[in-house]
Amino acid sequence: MTAFLVVLVIILFGVAVWQMSKIFEMSKTGPADNASEVASDKDNNVNGWLMMGFVLFIYLLSIISFWKWGDVLLPESASEHGVEIDQLMLISMALIFVVGIVTQWLLHYFAFKYRGKKTQRATFYADNDRLEFIWTIIPVIVLAGLIIYGLFTWTDIMDVNTDDDPMIVELYAYQFDWRARYGGEDNTLGEANVRLIEGVNQLGVDASDPYAQDDVVVNELHLPVGRKVLFKMRSQDVLHSAYMPHFRAQMNCVPGMITQFAFTPTVTTEEMRMNDAVVDKVRRINEIRRENSRELAAKGEETLEPYEFDYLLLCNKICGNNHYNMQMKIIVETQEEYDAWIAEQATLAEALKQ
Amino acid sequence: MSAQAHAPAVDHHDDHGHHHKETFITKYIFSQDHKMISKQYLITGLFMGIIGIAMSILFRMQLAWPEEPFTIFEIFLGKWAEGGVMDPSVYLALVTIHGTIMVFFVLTAGLSGTFSNLLIPLQIGARDMASGFLNMVSYWLFFLSSVIMVLSLFVEAGPASAGWTIYPPLSALPQAIPGSGAGMTLWLVSMAIFIASSLLGSLNYVVTVLNLRTKGMSMTRLPLTIWAFFITAVIGIVSFPVLLSAALMLIMDRSFGTSFFLSDIYIAGEVLHNQGGSPVLFEHLFWFLGHPEVYIVLLPALGITSEIIATNSRKPIFGYRAMVASILAIAFLSTIVWGHHMFISGMNPFLGSVFTFTTLLIAIPSAVKAFNYITTLWKGNLQMNPAMLFSIGLVSTFITGGLTGIILGDSALDINVHDTYFVVAHFHLVMGISALYGLFAGVYHWFPKMFQGRMMNKNLGYVHFWVTAIGAYGVFFPMHFIGMAGLPRRYYTNTNFPYFDDLADVNVVITIFAIITAAVQLVFLWNFIYSIFYGKRGPKNPWKSNTLEWTAEVKHIHGNWDGPIPHVYRWAYDYSKLNEDESDYVIPGEDFVPQTVPLQENEEEMNH
Repeated sequence: MTAFLVVLVIILFGVAVWQMSKIFEMSKTGPADNASEVASDKDNNVNGWLMMGFVLFIYLLSIISFWKWGDVLLPESASEHGVEIDQLMLISMALIFVVGIVTQWLLHYFAFKYRGKKTQRATFYADNDRLEFIWTIIPVIVLAGLIIYGLFTWTDIMDVNTDDDPMIVELYAYQFDWRARYGGEDNTLGEANVRLIEGVNQLGVDASDPYAQDDVVVNELHLPVGRKVLFKMRSQDVLHSAYMPHFRAQMNCVPGMITQFAFTPTVTTEEMRMNDAVVDKVRRINEIRRENSRELAAKGEETLEPYEFDYLLLCNKICGNNHYNMQMKIIVETQEEYDAWIAEQATLAEALKQ
Repeated sequence: MSAQAHAPAVDHHDDHGHHHKETFITKYIFSQDHKMISKQYLITGLFMGIIGIAMSILFRMQLAWPEEPFTIFEIFLGKWAEGGVMDPSVYLALVTIHGTIMVFFVLTAGLSGTFSNLLIPLQIGARDMASGFLNMVSYWLFFLSSVIMVLSLFVEAGPASAGWTIYPPLSALPQAIPGSGAGMTLWLVSMAIFIASSLLGSLNYVVTVLNLRTKGMSMTRLPLTIWAFFITAVIGIVSFPVLLSAALMLIMDRSFGTSFFLSDIYIAGEVLHNQGGSPVLFEHLFWFLGHPEVYIVLLPALGITSEIIATNSRKPIFGYRAMVASILAIAFLSTIVWGHHMFISGMNPFLGSVFTFTTLLIAIPSAVKAFNYITTLWKGNLQMNPAMLFSIGLVSTFITGGLTGIILGDSALDINVHDTYFVVAHFHLVMGISALYGLFAGVYHWFPKMFQGRMMNKNLGYVHFWVTAIGAYGVFFPMHFIGMAGLPRRYYTNTNFPYFDDLADVNVVITIFAIITAAVQLVFLWNFIYSIFYGKRGPKNPWKSNTLEWTAEVKHIHGNWDGPIPHVYRWAYDYSKLNEDESDYVIPGEDFVPQTVPLQENEEEMNH
């Protein structure tokens, strides 16, 4: 990798030096050509060609980026609605790539083809209603399609209801960590307010609320696969954002209000660890970690543990100095595993008694 | 200030203004001459730009080589980089102030302030702005706000660091982040003054364009630059006051115990008394300015490019009417799309649908503009001056950055890329880089007008453009990938937990490109300063342009034209127009017809 970077820098530096030398050369070609700071035919020619080079550079950069970094992208969606988002993303991306490639080509090719010459005459061409109509109406139609598709997807995702009996989980954000609260046996969260925060009752749950007694507060989010989860989000202090990239889910946590987002996880953590893209990614990360460990070992420091994939809940709204380190592990598991896990957790009533 | 009492009022008559004896202070400092004020704006803007770009290099180095010690950090950051390792709090401060400076001080004041001031009177044929005094006040308020913003960097607890969007409660509570103490107060004071400055400037621009056009200069004969500045000023007048009210309410929340934006907060071990406010309200108010602000930054750049592309293509701008219509459409739509910054803020999802709809609508006039630029190049005779290169570069980044806007504007897709580096890549290309290219294009093109006929060195200009163009794509294209990998923005380091470890090398590439790109801006600075004093003097109308400013005196006089104000007989885009029997140009041997040339015999006026 470093070798690639070094090569890239050298190439770039080379291009810069070559450009400079060319330009200094040009500036020495005698007074006739350099008498004024207005572009001469020679400048037009050189820069016209460079325009051609530049559009190739853009294409090349895209190809290299895909080749080098195509595999850092998120793996396939681990939630039901995420598949739809990925589909829409793919269509939109294909569209903007086609439009981008064509328009960039036209722009730079025209800049090259019509580079100025003393003998050349530009065409006086100020208007063409039909052409303008065409390139107004085409974006209108294409965008209308995208808007309609997008809005159907959006409405589907954001239509939060309790019809199909989702599991209710509260995500609670504070500087700089997360807590999750499960509704417990009754699948209903007890009332809570920051004014009730005291000692162990870190989330300010109303201990007198009958619904609150069986609530379970944890710092690792476990979800049974295939069951819809309705997240109720709260924040204790500043804005946070609950970002679960693998599930294509995100919602801000706003002090003073409860926001919500629902999704159905479809791939367990175990299955995701077997996913080819994830296996690849973990292998690459572990190579980096081994390398870093060697360096650390050389310095006599503790080496790094090998990395194992886990879903993450990240904070994605600037929230203070440790914003970069505000995350929680998410584990998607089978219903049985989940049941076993939740049974081990202390309910709020038990926790408060201790 | 007593000098102002008898300073000349703007002369509306056709005889030229009286010449008063000017002292150093009235000529260079408290000048009321729009040309001097534009230079003041430009130089202040460039100075702020140096600070803003230098900051970006510092935090890019931290991102590429997290927690590595650098001597340069120790030099610039002092106690916030003990042993040369950057502190997380100063990282956030750097990104916050970088954003604030670049958006407001460089691209709003530095770009729009400079060129609106320089070009509005010169291109519409006026002796000066409607109110020279207000214009002067506007600049000095801007200067004052710049000074306060720079001073805020030296506050003990650090400058504002809640992000340039300063969302409360983070920006309201010093307990939440140290920068929200005195640093944030200074930020708000500075911005309040900045808004006052911007409003005074904008009102002046609008009044000047509406009232002081020379004879024959109908609205449909205005160069597109003026249309762009005019509409930009209108958007500014509509939206900046809303930011001012948001800032005032935030000041109240911070200092006077109100609860506009605060509710149910437990921080640093205690419950705050605030109840009933909503941070979402702040987001609405902020983005009601924040989104039009994007166009306040971008429209002047597009106006400048329209003029430069037409002039250097030796062709009329294609679809003048459509260009004006799209400026108007963009201006209107820009005020009703702000919610696309808030799809996942917790506002009603139905509102999200509405904002998706309006947002994707705004792609239509933008697409029309891009197509019209490309068609203007078609069958032209392109003069590759540095200004032209930057204009073509602008169209390129405007397209690339604009296209990714289709992803972000779609609420369903925004869920997963919101606040990731994908957004950072998008807006830097579409408004940051594009507007900067507009600024550079304008400086190269109108340098002779600003500095009495001197021109900038074109070869250094070519080096500047090509390295910048490669570097800008090198920085922001790969950035889309780390965004789509799910990396949130504003993270001090991406390697604190292993998941993003494999993005480290992309970050190194981006930073190397950023350093190269920043370094080549020194070529521009050198060229700029050197050319002010030693640049070659070119002809009076070096780019063979049609617009009125090139008929004005090369030497700066208060009143612009030594004789009577020229009259206008045609639009600004009669380039390469042929005479009736198509044997030669309208003016034989000249491929352009300045606006001051009356219609020739048998010549048809462009029916635009």
